[in-house]
Amino acid sequence: MTSVASAPSGSAALRPDRIDFRVDPSRYRHWRIDLDGPVATLTMDVDESGGVVPGYELKLNSYDLGVDIELHDAVQRLRFEHPEVRTVVLTGGKDKIFCAGANIRMLAGSAHAWKVNFCKFTNETRNAMEDASAHSGQTYLAALNGTASGGGYELALACEHIMLVDDRSSVVSLPELPLLGVLPGTGGLTRIVEKRHVRRDLADHFSTRTEGLGGKKAVRWRLIDEAVPRPGWTEKVARRAAEFAARSQRPASGARGISLPPLAKTRTDTEISYGHVTATLDRTGGRAEITVHGPDTDAPADVAGMHEQGASFWPLALLRELDDLILDLRTNETGLGTWVFRTKGDAARVLAHDNLLLTHRDDWLANEIVLFAKRTLKRLDVTSRSLMAMIEPGSCFAGSLLELALAADRSFQLLGVFEDIDPDAEPATITVGPMNLGPLPMGNDLTRLRTRFFGDDEGHAAVEARAGEPTTAEDAERLGLVTFTPDDIDWDEETRIALEERASFSPDALSGLEANYRFVGPETTETKIFGRLAAWQNWIFYRPNASGPDGALRKFGTGQRAAFDRKRV
Amino acid sequence: MPNSADYSEKIPNNVELHEDRRLQRALESWQPNFLNWWESMGPTLPTRDVYLRTAVNVGREGWAHFGHVAMKDYRWGIFLAEHDRDRRIGFGEHKDEPVWQQVPGEYRAALQRLIVIQGDTEPASVEQQRNLGATAPSLYDMRNLFQVNVEEGRHLWAMVYLLHAYFGREGRAEAEELLHRNSGSEDSPRILGAFNEETTDWLSFFMFTYFTDRDGKYQLGTLKESAFDPLSRTCEFMLKEESHHMFVGTTGIDRIVERTVALMIEHDSDDVVAHGGIPLPVIQKYLNFHYSVSLDLFGSETSTNVANYFTAGLKGRWAEERRRDDHRLTSESIMVDAITDGQIGQTEVAALVGLNTDLRREYISDCQNGVNRWNRTLEQAGMTARLHLPHIAFNRKVGAFSGIEATPGGELIAAAEWEAHKGRWLPTDIDKAHVRSLMQPVHERGKIAGWIAPPRHGINDKPFDYTYVHLP
Repeated sequence: MTSVASAPSGSAALRPDRIDFRVDPSRYRHWRIDLDGPVATLTMDVDESGGVVPGYELKLNSYDLGVDIELHDAVQRLRFEHPEVRTVVLTGGKDKIFCAGANIRMLAGSAHAWKVNFCKFTNETRNAMEDASAHSGQTYLAALNGTASGGGYELALACEHIMLVDDRSSVVSLPELPLLGVLPGTGGLTRIVEKRHVRRDLADHFSTRTEGLGGKKAVRWRLIDEAVPRPGWTEKVARRAAEFAARSQRPASGARGISLPPLAKTRTDTEISYGHVTATLDRTGGRAEITVHGPDTDAPADVAGMHEQGASFWPLALLRELDDLILDLRTNETGLGTWVFRTKGDAARVLAHDNLLLTHRDDWLANEIVLFAKRTLKRLDVTSRSLMAMIEPGSCFAGSLLELALAADRSFQLLGVFEDIDPDAEPATITVGPMNLGPLPMGNDLTRLRTRFFGDDEGHAAVEARAGEPTTAEDAERLGLVTFTPDDIDWDEETRIALEERASFSPDALSGLEANYRFVGPETTETKIFGRLAAWQNWIFYRPNASGPDGALRKFGTGQRAAFDRKRV
Repeated sequence: MPNSADYSEKIPNNVELHEDRRLQRALESWQPNFLNWWESMGPTLPTRDVYLRTAVNVGREGWAHFGHVAMKDYRWGIFLAEHDRDRRIGFGEHKDEPVWQQVPGEYRAALQRLIVIQGDTEPASVEQQRNLGATAPSLYDMRNLFQVNVEEGRHLWAMVYLLHAYFGREGRAEAEELLHRNSGSEDSPRILGAFNEETTDWLSFFMFTYFTDRDGKYQLGTLKESAFDPLSRTCEFMLKEESHHMFVGTTGIDRIVERTVALMIEHDSDDVVAHGGIPLPVIQKYLNFHYSVSLDLFGSETSTNVANYFTAGLKGRWAEERRRDDHRLTSESIMVDAITDGQIGQTEVAALVGLNTDLRREYISDCQNGVNRWNRTLEQAGMTARLHLPHIAFNRKVGAFSGIEATPGGELIAAAEWEAHKGRWLPTDIDKAHVRSLMQPVHERGKIAGWIAPPRHGINDKPFDYTYVHLP
C-alpha cells in the first residue's frame, strides 16, 4: 500500500456517512470486466476523483475501500454469473503503473478503526481470489503491465501466477517499511514466504528496498513467475491465460450463469432488513439483534430446480444478505459491539437445502454456493464483535445455520419452552448435519466443530454420532454444543446480564480475547494474516514511530525525515 | 408445589412471592437445605419453644409479632424496606440517575461478590454461637441468644433472596455455597477470618454482638446506599433487626459491669474472682480483643475495590446523604492511618481509595458510646476505674498496623516486648478458663447467674421472670 499523491491532507478523520457495499458493473468507476470465452480480464483503472470519501485523489491507480468494494463484487460475479470463465487476468489500465497500493492520504486521514476494517475487507477479497483459484477452477493471473508496489504487489500475490512486464523500469516492491515505517498490511509478508517460497533473507532484503525488484532477478528470487518483454506482452498473457483455462474443471461451454440482481434491502437508523435476514440496531445496548429466517419452501427436487431459482434459491439469497449485513455492520456500526444471532424456521428444510448442495458438489453452482457459505462464515470468524447465539423454540439452528451458533463466542439454548409465551411450543433443538462436518472449514482449515473440540476427539465423535438428530438443550449442553441452557425462568435475566456485562468490558480486550479463542489449532496463511500480521501492524500503527508527530506516517510526503525513538521494544 | 397462599403463610414476605415463579422455585429447592443447615449447624440446646419476635411487615407500626414458637417452625420471612419509587442514586458516577431495579450486567460480578460476603457472615455467627444455649445465665438471655440466631438466619435468607431473584443460575449456586461453608471448618471455612472463631462463653457473645455485629451494621449501612435498589431496601430492613443485636451486647456488658461493681463493693475488693464475678481487667481484655479484631473487618486503610464500588454506585458511605460534599469524591483527599518514618501516623490519599478508613472511623466513634455507658455505671457506683477502647494500632492483623506491635495506649513496642506483655492486654488462658468456669446454666424462671445482673426490663413489656423459653 503505497501511493505518492499530492492531495491536501485532511486534518479531520475522513469518514463518510455510511458505506454501501452493494454495487454492480454498470456502476463501476474503477474496474472493467472484459469477457472472452473462458478468459475474463479484470482491468483496474482507478478514477482519481472517485474516492469513496472526499479528501484525497486516487493517483497512480491507488485504491481505497470504494475500489475494493468493486473488486469484491467483480470476483463474486465472475463466479456466479460466468461459469464459463476459467481464467481471470488481473491487469492495470494505466500506463507504466499497475497499482500503487492503498492510498496513503486516505490512510493518513482515516481513523484507526477505519484502517483496520478496510485492511480486513481487502484481505478477505484477496482470500476470495485465492479461493476461486483453488476451489472453483477460476484461476487468477496477475498481468502486471507496470510497477506493482505495496498493496499493488500484494494484490498480485493473491494471484496464482505473476507476470511482470520487463521494460527495465517496472518493478514489484513492498516499500512500506522503509518509506512509511509500517508493514505491508494485506498479506504480503505472509504470502511471499508461505506461498511463493521466497527465501527469508531475500524476503527481508526485498522488504526494505523502496525501489523494489524487476526483471530476471525478481523471477530468480521467486517474487514473480515471469518477466515478459514489452513486445509480445499481450500475446504471452493470452497464452498463459489459455493454459490455465485448459486445466480448469469448470463446466465446458453451455453452462449458464445466474444473475445476481441488486439486493433488496431497507435500512433505517434502527433496522436493516432483507428478505431472509433482519437486524435490529440497539444503540443503547450496543448490539445488533440479527434474525436469520430459514427457507419458507421445500428445497427444489433437483439441481435443475436450484438453477431455475437462481439468486432466489434460499441458501444463495440468504448468504448474499448475510454477507452484506456483516460488511455493513462492520463498517458502519462500530458502536454495536455485540451481535446476537437468532434463527427462525424449519430445521428440516434447512437440512434439505444443505443436502441438495452437498449431494451435487459436482454442479458448479452448488459448489459455488457452498464455497460462498464458507467465505461468509469466515468473515464472521474474523469479525471483531462479540458473537452470541440465542437458541429458542421455533429456531432452526441446523446444519449450515448451526454454523452461526458454532461461530459464536457463546451460545444460549433455552431449556424447555417459554411458559408464558407459548407453553405448547416444541422445545428448541439444534441439529448437526453434514455441513458441520467438513465443507465449511474456518481459516485454520478445521471445521468449527473440530475447532470447538480441539484435542477432544471423543467429544467430537460423540457429536458426530448425533448427526441428523435434533438435540435438546440438555443433551446439547452435555455434548458441549452450547454454552448455557437457562430455562424459562432464568432466560431473560441470564441473557440480559450476559449481554450487558459483555458490553461493559473493554472492546479492545474483547477483540483480542475472541480472536485468540476462535482460532484454536494450527496456523495457516489465513490465520497468520488475520492474527499475527494484523496484530503486529496494529501495534506498529499505534507506536509514536509511526503515528507520533514525528512518526514516519505523519512525515510522509512532507519532505521531512521521521525521527525515530531508537529503542527496541 | 404448595399453592401461593401457602407461601405467604410459611414465608412472610412483601416481595409478592405468590406471583414469582423464580422465587417459588428458589424456596422449593433452597429452603429444605436451609432447614437442614439450621438443624445441623444451629443451636444445639433442645427447646420446646422460644418467645421470639418474627418480622411480619415493614411498616412503622407493628413490623414484628411476638409469641412462643418452636425454632424449627420460625417463619423466616423476606422483607424489603418500603419501595420509594422516586429514589435516585446518591453518589458515584451515576449520581442522580434513577436507582436500578435490576442488576446491570456491568456490575453483576461486583454486586454478587458484595452480597455473598455479606451473606457469608450472617449464618457464620449462628454457627459460632451454637453451643451457648447450654450455658445461658438466664432464660431471658437464652431467648435473646436465639432471637439473634434466628434473625441472623433471616438475614441469610435476605441475601439468598437477592442471589436467587437477581443473579440467575450463578446466584443460586452461590446461595448453595453459603450453606456449605461453615464457621471453623477445615475444608471450607467462612470467608472472613473473624467468623471462624467459636464463641465459647457469654462474655465473648456480648462482646461479639456489641463489636462484631456493629461492623455488620456499618457494612449494611453502606449497602443501604446502594444504587441496586433491592439490595438497598433489604439492608435497610436488616438494620432494623440488627439494632436489637447490638442492644443485647450493650446491655449484656453493662449488666456484667454492674454485677462486678456490686461484688467489688459488697466484698470491698477489686478481686471478684473468688466471689464468682468477672474482674474489670478481664472485661477490658475481652474488649481489647473483640474491638481490635472487629477493626480488622473493615479491611486495609486503602482499597481500590471499595473505590470502584463507590464510583459505580454499589456501596456508599455511612449516612451518605448527610455528607456535605459532592458525593463523587473525584478530587478530594483523606488522611489515613499509616506507619510513617517508623512511627504510627497518617498519610494523605485520594478520598476514593480511603473509604475503608472513613467507615472504620464512623464505627470507632459509635463504639465509644457503649464504653461511655459502661463507664457511667462505674461512675455512678463511685468507682474510679474506667474501660477504654484500645488504640487503633493495637493487635491488628490487617492493614497498616499489621506488621507492628503497639500497646493499648498506642505506644509502639518491639515484638519481644509484645510477647512478654500481651497477657496484660488480651485474655490469657487463665482468664478464659475462669470465665468459662462461670458459665453454669441457669434455666430456672426468674433466676440469673451470679456473674451478671438481671436486666432492668424484660422483652416486649414482659417481666424478667417470664418464661421466655420452654425447655423439654
